[in-house]
Parts: sequence; structure tokens; C-alpha cells
Amino acid sequence: MNSLLKRLLVAVPVALVAFLLAEPAWAQDAKPTLNKGDTAWIIVATALVLFMNIPALAFFYGGLVRTKNVLSVLMQCLALTAAMTVIWLLFGYSLSFDAEGMVKDEVNLNSFIGGFGKAMLSGVTPDTITGTIPEILFFAFQMTFAIITPGLIIGAFAERMKFSAMMIFSILWLILVYCPICHMTWGGPGGYFADMGVMDHAGGIVVHITAGVAALVACIIIGKRKGYPELPMPPHNLTMTFAGTAMLWVGWYGFNAGSGLKADGGAAMALLVTHISASVATLVWIVIEWVKNGKPSLLGAATGAIAGLAAVTPASGFIGPLGALVIGMVSGVVCYVFATAIKFKFRYDDSLDVFGVHGIGGIVGTLLVAVFAAEAYGGNAGEVNIASQLGVQSLAVVISVVYTAIVSAILLIAIDKTIGLRTTEDSESEGLDTSLHGETGYNY
Amino acid sequence: MKYVIAVIQPARLEAVKEALSKVEVFRLTVGDVQGLGRQRGHTEIYRGHEYHVNLIRKVKLEIAVNDEFLEPTINAIETAGRSGEEGKIGDGKIFVLPLEEVVRVRTGERGKDAI
Repeated sequence: MNSLLKRLLVAVPVALVAFLLAEPAWAQDAKPTLNKGDTAWIIVATALVLFMNIPALAFFYGGLVRTKNVLSVLMQCLALTAAMTVIWLLFGYSLSFDAEGMVKDEVNLNSFIGGFGKAMLSGVTPDTITGTIPEILFFAFQMTFAIITPGLIIGAFAERMKFSAMMIFSILWLILVYCPICHMTWGGPGGYFADMGVMDHAGGIVVHITAGVAALVACIIIGKRKGYPELPMPPHNLTMTFAGTAMLWVGWYGFNAGSGLKADGGAAMALLVTHISASVATLVWIVIEWVKNGKPSLLGAATGAIAGLAAVTPASGFIGPLGALVIGMVSGVVCYVFATAIKFKFRYDDSLDVFGVHGIGGIVGTLLVAVFAAEAYGGNAGEVNIASQLGVQSLAVVISVVYTAIVSAILLIAIDKTIGLRTTEDSESEGLDTSLHGETGYNY
Repeated sequence: MKYVIAVIQPARLEAVKEALSKVEVFRLTVGDVQGLGRQRGHTEIYRGHEYHVNLIRKVKLEIAVNDEFLEPTINAIETAGRSGEEGKIGDGKIFVLPLEEVVRVRTGERGKDAI
């Protein structure tokens, strides 16, 4: 008893001194520690985002094509999931998130692209922490974004592109377009867009603008489907498209509410504004069709939902319910105009409206976040100088649109000149399912 | 013996079947078909893209009858197949053909008894 007291008398002052000595360092630079709540949520969010590509996007697109091409679309989504995973592991993650050489407010090569320091997850162990979650988990979460972005593009050249050309294009596109834009935006301080102060919470620029613009370029370069637009090409299975839409909507909770990498109030708000924007855009599309065509269609309502989801993506971490209402409304109207009127006016065959819905939706949200991030309009970014933020957002949109368009065009033309982008005329008429994959979707 | 082929509105099938069983015509073959007629199709709109669908879904009935059943069969299809009181363009047609022979596969019966 006596010795225990003695030991305590010595130990307490020693601990106190040690604590006081250690205190300044502890206050300045907290050692990153893992937060179990954040980690648990991001594991779920990762699964939700993967679910958006397989099966959600595959079903959404699969239902929209004709019976003879349904498997080609599902196959493309599945094969891209696998291929992008491998590229991401090899060096895609490193090109996007290797922070080596990045200096805040200094523009150098590493402002645009990461190095190979994290290739094959080099130096990353289960104990490595990014923020408050394991870096392994951050890698996996970001991987699901790298999977779905090329997945979105396939809607533009559906029903006519060669499988081989699609795979090569998607792999090169991920490396040359997705990784740099991702690095510039989300690579951390020193990233070109990050230093500009660009707001892109979950990928209005990184995912939707890049995919939408690449889609537009792709459908123009590969050309229209045979017989388009004279030959009727109605969706073969809208029940499938509905299922895909609903799954995308649910998956988007992970996409937007996971992108803060935390399980907190910000994540809850991101989830709510995502849902509100999707709901409003759905209603807007229903009303427009009802007034214009006399009948509100399911496909219209589903398309509106996706437009609202895509548009709120960049804004979801910064805005409140008011911003979500307006973004949902504006994206519903603008995407309707692009997916219906503009497409037919300019006569390009963006088969499943990737540009009209994702590209335009992404642009709408990326611009409007400048307004609705401001505290005055219900946002959480405090005092935002709306005019200058709008300038920053617009510049980022222009840069990403121009860069994506040029690089995508070069890739597509190069592939067209070498192995060819388009399947043969006979294979297109017969349908890609039998001609390229040797099977049919429905045997009855 | 006569062979009756009727093309009717899919929505009238249940009513026609009921009317046929009232006049004791229980044996019929039904198929989903598409056709072009005076109804001239309709318009479907997918994301603003209008398609004129001129092949319209119909139901085709095929019924083999003995002569005394012919008029009741025609009457049943005509009355029950009509949309509303007045009927509408697109309600279909009834064709009557002479029938030379009928064979019941199971027993080998022929003619009137096999119907």
C-alpha cells in the first residue's frame, strides 16, 4: 500500500511534466487518428457507389437500348468495372492522389497530375490514414468513382461501338482525362483547381462534366446509329430502366454523402440535398411533359431524377435545402431542353443522353454552387463572394470542357484510324449481343 | 364446318371469351399479333423523340365451328368485341373460311366429331 502511494507520488508529476512538454506539439499537429464512425460509413458509401455502376447504371442504360443490344451494354458496364479497378491499382490512384511535389499556391507539373509514388499502393498499409479513415478505404472509395465515370460515357455510343475499341478508349481516357482532372480538383493543396478555390464536392466536374463532354465528342466522331433518327428505336424495357434509376438514386446517397469522408452533419445534409434536388427535377420533368405532350411519361420522370442527381453532385457538400430546390428546378428544365430539343436540332446521336443529362447537369450544378454555397442562401461556406466564385467555377468548367473534348477527340480519332471504333454494318443490324458477344438477352 | 378468324382489341378478349362460352363455344386458339388497319397507329414519345407506331397490338382468335354454331359465334364476337355502345375504329374484323377437315390427334376422329 505504502509503496503504491510512493509510486503514484513520483508518477503523477512525471506524467504532468511530460504532458506539459508534449502539449505544444500535440496542439499544433494532431497525429491523424482513425475514426471508426467515419470508416464504417465510407465502407458503406463505397459499396453504394459501386452499386451505381453495377447493376444500377447497367440496368438504366440496358433498358434504353433495343432488345438486340441489351447484353452489350451490361457487358460494357461489367468489363469496365473490372478494367478500371486494375488501372486504378496499377497507377490510376497514384496519378490522381500522389501529393508528392504539390506545393500550395504554386503551379507546377504536379498541380495537374500526380506521380507514380503510390503505384500499386506502394507504401500504403492497413494502418495508413487519410483524414480519419484508412487510406486503403479512401483508395477503394475513389476507385468506385473512377469506375462509374467511363461507365457513364458508354451511353453515347451504345449500339454501335466495337467492344475492343470501347475498352481501349475507356482505359486511355481514365489515364489521360479522369486522373488529371481528379488530381487538379481533389488531389489536395497545390492542385490546380483546388488552389483556384473550385468547389466540386462529389464530382460535378470530375465525373459528370468529363463524362458528358467525352460522350458528346464520342457520339459525333463515331457517327449516328444506322437509321437514326428516321428508324424508330424505342427503349426495349423501361421496367429495367426504372429499376436502374431507383438504384442510382439510392447509390447517389453514398456518392454525395460519402464524399466528405465523414459521418457527420455535413454528410446528412449532403444526403438530404441530393434527395431534394432529385425529387424537384423529377417533378419538373413530369410537369413539362404533361403540359407539352399531354402525358407524363415514366422515362421522362426517371430522366429528370438523374438530371437532378447529377446537378446537385458538385454542390451537395456546400448547399442547404434552398439551393437543392433551385438546382433541381433549373437542372430539370435545362436538361430537358438539351436531351430533347437541342439534340434533335443539331442532329447528333447521343443515344442515351449522356451529354444532355450528365454533362449539362454537371455544368448547372458547378455554376449554381457559387450562389447557394453562400450562407445568405442557406449554404455552409460562410461569406462567399458570389461573383468571384462564379468566375472561378466558370473558368474550371471551361478548362475541363476544353481539355476533355480535345483529349477525348484525339483518343477517339487515333483508335478509329488504327483498329476502328465502329462495328461492321452487318453486326450493327444484327445487334451487338449476337455479333460481338455470341448470346442473346432473352430466350423465349 | 367453318373456320372463324377474328382480330380484336386486346382489351376486349375477356369479354369475348365470356360471350363465346355463353353460346357454348369453348375451343379456341388465341394469339398476340400486330397489325395495320384503319386505326392508323398512335404516337409514342421517348425523351421528346416522337415515334409513330403504326403496327398496333391486337389479339387474334381462331375458332373451328360446326355450321350451327357459326352465327352464335359471330354474334358473340361482334357484340362483346365492340368498344362501348357505338364501337370504334380499330375494333377489328371477323373472317369466315370454309373448313375442309378436322382431325383430333389423340383419337384420330375426323370431321364434325373432331371439332
